[in-house]
Amino acid sequence: MTVTSLPAPAQAPAAAPAQNLAASDIAALGLRESATFDRATIADIQRAAATGVYDIRGWGAKRKVPHFDDLLFLGASMSRYPLEGYREKCDTDVVLGDRHASRPLHLQTPVTIAGMSFGALSANAKEALGRGASEVGTSTTTGDGGMTPEERGQSKHLVYQYLPSRYGMNPDDLRKADAIEIVLGQGAKPGGGGMLLGQKITERVAGMRTLPVGIDQRSASRHPDWTGPDDLEIKIGELREITDWKTPIYVKIGASRPYYDTALAVKSGADVVVVDGMQGGTAATQQVFIENVGIPTLAAIPQAVQALQELGVHRKVQLIVSGGIRTGADVAKAMALGADAVAIGTAALIALGDNDPRYAAEYADLGSAAGFYDDFQDGRDPAGITTQDPELASRLDPVAAGRRLANYLRVLTMEAQTIARACGKSHLHNLEPEDLVALTIEASAMARVPLAGTSWIPGVQGSF
Amino acid sequence: MVTLTAPETAAPEAAAPAESDGGAAPTVVDLADASVRSLNQALHDAVDGQSWTITSPGGKHSLAVGISARVAVTIEGHTGYYAAGMHQKGDVTINGNAGVGLAENIISGRVHVTGDASQSAAATGHGGLVVIDGNAGARCGISMKGVDIVVGGNIGHMSAFMAQAGRLVVCGDAGDALGDSIYEARIYVKGTVASLGADCIEKPLREEHLAELAELLEAAGRTDNPADFKRYGSARNLYHFHVDNSSAY
Ligand SMILES: Cc1cc2nc3c(=O)[nH]c(=O)nc-3n(C[C@H](O)[C@H](O)[C@H](O)COP(=O)(O)O)c2cc1C
Repeated sequence: MTVTSLPAPAQAPAAAPAQNLAASDIAALGLRESATFDRATIADIQRAAATGVYDIRGWGAKRKVPHFDDLLFLGASMSRYPLEGYREKCDTDVVLGDRHASRPLHLQTPVTIAGMSFGALSANAKEALGRGASEVGTSTTTGDGGMTPEERGQSKHLVYQYLPSRYGMNPDDLRKADAIEIVLGQGAKPGGGGMLLGQKITERVAGMRTLPVGIDQRSASRHPDWTGPDDLEIKIGELREITDWKTPIYVKIGASRPYYDTALAVKSGADVVVVDGMQGGTAATQQVFIENVGIPTLAAIPQAVQALQELGVHRKVQLIVSGGIRTGADVAKAMALGADAVAIGTAALIALGDNDPRYAAEYADLGSAAGFYDDFQDGRDPAGITTQDPELASRLDPVAAGRRLANYLRVLTMEAQTIARACGKSHLHNLEPEDLVALTIEASAMARVPLAGTSWIPGVQGSF
Repeated sequence: MVTLTAPETAAPEAAAPAESDGGAAPTVVDLADASVRSLNQALHDAVDGQSWTITSPGGKHSLAVGISARVAVTIEGHTGYYAAGMHQKGDVTINGNAGVGLAENIISGRVHVTGDASQSAAATGHGGLVVIDGNAGARCGISMKGVDIVVGGNIGHMSAFMAQAGRLVVCGDAGDALGDSIYEARIYVKGTVASLGADCIEKPLREEHLAELAELLEAAGRTDNPADFKRYGSARNLYHFHVDNSSAY
């Protein structure tokens, strides 16, 4: 929450006595909190007044938006029979990028690791992501800072991001990649570029990005040599030519107009479209951007799927969805709505050890707490993940952390299978919107599945 | 009719490394017949020392992209987008004009255009030398990361935007917002500059700059006098977020 290179700005103001009180005590004292000016808002205003610079932080949107929690599975019944848990087959593999590429990815689980840069993350964290993903046969992704030998070495399937900054971009790494992801946007900040503040621009990070050590880096938000879908088509053609049409090409968009963006990505020749909803994580972005730009993941999926279906390429151009995926239920819901795979960022970091209560005292020293820590931009992560400080980074054992991530990925996969079997599906891809109902009218309208107990989908003609 | 196999199989004598310009005769590829795909595949399969002449390029996109060997390629005519994109090691000469993104992300080697180049020439280039005898459009050297660029004529607006490293030499005039948000790249302009972008300033032309400029001009085959140029670079005021710079963000 703090912007460095300013005279140490005031921390969030010292907690007033009422902040430590339980809600019932506050009521007993006759105190009334404003719904409009709640305590976090008041602290934001005080922080802005003290520093004169907007708040930059990591993590994703923290406000509550309609999400997968607002959907339920129906499960089998008289007219649908379930598969035996643990006994009957329920496959989870997915092929990505077989539209135009001669070497598509074949993953064992549809849960992939999203792009997070070396720079934002420590080398150990990147290695751990590669180890965990490889152990369960899924892919991991580079980020806004190039490919490190550690992650290439430890990643069985590595997706290489092609970003506006082109830091460290080179044809040798491009040819070493198992897939290329052209990044147009990120759910946390559709329309915004990357950021990496000076305290994380160490010599190695600076060298990989050709930047002076210690500067506050702001990456471009627009690609330097193309704009719009007609150019993108030519750009994709160039990347295919350079990689001899072997390597799948993804296009990643931040969810804002996913219907049009998905259609245009398909038109431009993408093999895979990645749609990242507004809850998606970030390493460093203005808070005002994170909380106010983009649409929820839940609202984005049906729009993207509609575009694919109308073009006759659903399941041929694969859809990867990210932004707020936490559980196997979230995975299953995203897939039932039409995704072919999902990607996780924040949850993967938590599995590695982010926000671990055993660093409670150190989080407190940073003015935060385990479960709340979002100062990924700051480089002082006690868990050694979002840092370039060698002492802090050495706290993360890449082997043990990779193991934790693999465990977590297995749980996500098994949970999704549990639900799929209960819905009578022998493959996660067989989940369908018909398996879902919504708990709220908002979720029903966004996800385009009926409100539970009714046949009504707001905005869909003929539902009642 | 040209068959597009790698020269060593098509013409065994061509497989012998050509030590000099006077080496084996170039393999001629006529894009009126051959596809861009077969051309690029052959260039990727090529070995050091081979030379190629490409005729009837017809403004096609992605010509000679991803070269990674010390080959010499001459394109007789105009090229479309991304000619010699992500170029490494070899030498590409375009006897004509080049479209958007000429030699984008070039790593090493040399790319030479005898005519004009469209926008984003040598964008994000990491190394090597790009020579444009004519003019270059907008965003020349945008986000450059170590490439050297020599333009005989003028360059368009927003050139060297966020330029990180490398040198941009302009023998004509520069358009608006030159070097906006520039990092450590050095810009030399002989003519006028319509306007400088945020954090880009004129800097003194010292001995070492005259020397490197002379080298670059010579490498580009030019006879301009280094003393006639002015140097521009970063004021380094925007390297850190600071409340006093907020109007520049
Ligand atoms: C620490 C961190 C760094 C990130 N870096 C990048 C990046 O370099 N490029 C990118 O496209 N997305 C980046 N993202 C976004 C992720 O790729 C992904 O879209 C997002 O984390 C998915 O949402 P989730 O965090 O809710 O799972 C980053 C996210 C985090 C948390």
